[in-house]
Amino acid sequence: MDPKTLRYSKTHEWASLSGDVVTVGISSFAADQLQDITFIKLPAAGDDVAADRSFGEIETVKAVSDLYSPVSGTVAEVNQPAADNPDLIKNAPFGDGWLVKVRVAPGSTLNHLQSYDDYQKQVASEAH
Amino acid sequence: MENLRTPLFDWHVAHKAKMVPFCGWDMPVQYTGIIDEHATVRTSAGLFDISHMGRLSFGGPNAQALIEHVFTNSAGGMKDFQVRYGLVCNESGGILDDVLVYRWPYGWAMVVNASNREKIVHWLNANRGGRNVEMIDQTLDTCMIAIQGPKAVSLCAGMFEADPSQLKYYYASPTRYKTKPCVVSRTGYTGEDGLEVMIGKAQAVEIWDDFIKRGAKPCGLGARDTLRLEAAMPLYGHELSETLNPLQAGLSWAVKLEKGEFVGRAALEKSKAKSAPVRVGFTVEGKRSAREGSLVLSNGKEIGKVTSGAFAPTLQCQIAMAYVPAEFALVGTKLQVDIRGDKADAHVVKLPFYQRPKP
Repeated sequence: MDPKTLRYSKTHEWASLSGDVVTVGISSFAADQLQDITFIKLPAAGDDVAADRSFGEIETVKAVSDLYSPVSGTVAEVNQPAADNPDLIKNAPFGDGWLVKVRVAPGSTLNHLQSYDDYQKQVASEAH
Repeated sequence: MENLRTPLFDWHVAHKAKMVPFCGWDMPVQYTGIIDEHATVRTSAGLFDISHMGRLSFGGPNAQALIEHVFTNSAGGMKDFQVRYGLVCNESGGILDDVLVYRWPYGWAMVVNASNREKIVHWLNANRGGRNVEMIDQTLDTCMIAIQGPKAVSLCAGMFEADPSQLKYYYASPTRYKTKPCVVSRTGYTGEDGLEVMIGKAQAVEIWDDFIKRGAKPCGLGARDTLRLEAAMPLYGHELSETLNPLQAGLSWAVKLEKGEFVGRAALEKSKAKSAPVRVGFTVEGKRSAREGSLVLSNGKEIGKVTSGAFAPTLQCQIAMAYVPAEFALVGTKLQVDIRGDKADAHVVKLPFYQRPKP
């Protein structure tokens, strides 16, 4: 996916709406911060997730970080290959390293999330 | 207040280390990655900037008496050039710091934790009494570099006037690096063979680059932590604190009650009879790490808290340490750890988790 067309949360997840399914992943900035991933915990298909609530976690040797859902809905699909092989997330966070697809209520939008440009400003302020 | 910087700070930043605040210092936590750096130390030679550690030197006719007074281990029983681990305790036997004491023919030295340097300097002054001792805190004028791993000592062949391969484990020698005075010590905090070198701060970058040219690879505090955890070495602020005593920490080997009076001795003598929680190590099932503060349970009942826990890169499993009542400390005891709401099975194992193969 083209990072410029995605919407972003303050907690470094990206979201992309297609029909009434939102694909969710973490940004390349977040992926670059995560060294030595040892475990990724994702929800199961059919689980409910809520906006701004934890839906999983990424564990590294040093620490564990929560993954926050940018939207509310029901998990339609989980990227099991990425959970099994964290390199996918490190190497292609906007592509094969997506995490979950969430079915949202019809008519939902991603307007509550940041644009690419606004997210870049957030990253610039956090990068040092 | 601004964090302190070691003489290698600019080097670390220029070489893309990830810098973090640690005990009042800006320190490198990793360069290439913790797992990679950890493996380097287990299989080859890793290089650590540990200049944040406190370095105190002692002279004067009563230096030995002062050290003996504040140190749980025996200073008088040490040979010249020997290094000995021990604790500094308060009157209640609580641990103020864990330290290394060095005996020279002409004086003494002590290496203390960065987090406790000012506290220990203050403690030494407060306990000096009428003793004639000259104490100098050399921390900010010198640097300290550890080179650790099975190839560490051989990489240093020819580097110093005195050959470090002739040093016995836990011995040190004052020697020279390119005409400049330094101390080379066969000690470390990784569970591997290796050296720790103390030298003037003006030589820091030159000797660091020399180690790298000889094949050592820079490692950060992240790997230092996983390495010491596998070796089950306690870390102050985690396994050691003023509310814990050395006996429950499993460090009775570093407490010589028979040596005579020292600060904390009476309390430790009494606590020998008491049943306080003791330090244990356990492996944890599953892929998630127990972290500091995770509850340790037996049959659903809380019996302690994790003090350190992580994925062990060499052992490829989850390990952790905690304080639990002695009845749960037997090797093989089944426990559970609450990892963010989920219970994971754990088994008490013999410490250390990792021991280096005998040469």
